[in-house]
Amino acid sequence: MSQTSALVILIAAIFTNNILLTNFLGMCSFIACSRQIGTAVGLGTAVTFVMTMTTVLNYAIYHFVLMPHRLAHMTFIVFIAVIAAFVQFVEMFVERFSPRLYFALGIFLPLITVNCAILGASLFMIIRQYNFVQSVGFGFGAGLGWAVAILLMAGLRQKMRYSNIPEPFQGVPIAMVVTGVLAMAFMGFAGMVSIQ
Amino acid sequence: MANEKQPVCVSCGAKGPCGGKGLPTLKEGLWTSNPLAIQVLGICSALAVTNRLENSLVMGIALIFVCVGSNLFVSLLRNVTPHRIRMIAEVAIIATFVILFDQFLKAFYWDMSKQLGPYVGLIITNCIVMGRAEAFALQNPPLLSMVDGAANGLGYACVLAVVGFFRELLGTGKVLDMTVLDGKWYKPNQLMILAPGAFFALGIIIAVLNALKGPEAEEKKQ
Repeated sequence: MSQTSALVILIAAIFTNNILLTNFLGMCSFIACSRQIGTAVGLGTAVTFVMTMTTVLNYAIYHFVLMPHRLAHMTFIVFIAVIAAFVQFVEMFVERFSPRLYFALGIFLPLITVNCAILGASLFMIIRQYNFVQSVGFGFGAGLGWAVAILLMAGLRQKMRYSNIPEPFQGVPIAMVVTGVLAMAFMGFAGMVSIQ
Repeated sequence: MANEKQPVCVSCGAKGPCGGKGLPTLKEGLWTSNPLAIQVLGICSALAVTNRLENSLVMGIALIFVCVGSNLFVSLLRNVTPHRIRMIAEVAIIATFVILFDQFLKAFYWDMSKQLGPYVGLIITNCIVMGRAEAFALQNPPLLSMVDGAANGLGYACVLAVVGFFRELLGTGKVLDMTVLDGKWYKPNQLMILAPGAFFALGIIIAVLNALKGPEAEEKKQ
């Protein structure tokens, strides 16, 4: 694992190992917030940014604080605290320095704390034993992959409004099935690059 | 009818009172507002671990354990938790139970722990646990909250077991590693254990439940 370059991991995290379509992370907000393209772009951007930063932060904390002090069993609680604190900090920072950006992204930030993709990315980084550069690539790629998936989904759902869907399938079930088709399409990338 | 004075449930909104007794609470979690199939919460793990029935069952047990434990403690502490920091308190309680279960798996069932990978840890961000703590345990006494936690955990576990059963059956022709569908006349459909199969399976199961519930829901509207 240690030989793979960060660029390969980045590409793989976007296409072949898309965190949403192959690891099913961040489904809740994916289903709830993919009705409008604008919303999808906002949320996608926020997730990409927060995921990159928290992966890096968690990498540092795991390897420089938790491991030397044999506190690996505290991983979950520390990671979630880091993520919550970081999101809070970003929210205050953005609100203070860029009110326009705050209005564009502000409402999405609290949602992100409970987005399992963020915590998932940090946990995958630990399980797959990435080094620092690889972690940066993975965090950024996974965020970007999530953004791409929700953007595609928003586009599909806007078209879907005009189609005649059987009644029991309306709403969430059809969104699931469409996501399944999307996942199949992404499986076409499988031979391109691979990470475990 | 006995519990008309009970407040309207925060999580299920118009669906009426659910704070009355143990039994209505149980039914609420298992069927009427099943967290997974009706409220569509916590689907991440439901999709990820259901490629085998065994994994689904372990995950279901994990969620029941965490839900009961966190609901009990959130409820016990509900009168001393300041309103402003209740979220972080809930997360801390939930994370504690998740860590307990994770350490248990790592100690006694290492293979299972490896297969479930990060998804045990991700129970922390599972909307069901957080939702029940926030919507139920904060307003109700400890014992009833435990029942509610168990009911919701069970409701989740049941749907997970159904999805896991069909995916393993159709994907490998086996159930709990015992061959059920003979290879001679059934060719296992690999797609079902891959990612797209998860989406299709859960989508179809929710649709079937919708269809079953359809007439009831419409009667209520009228």
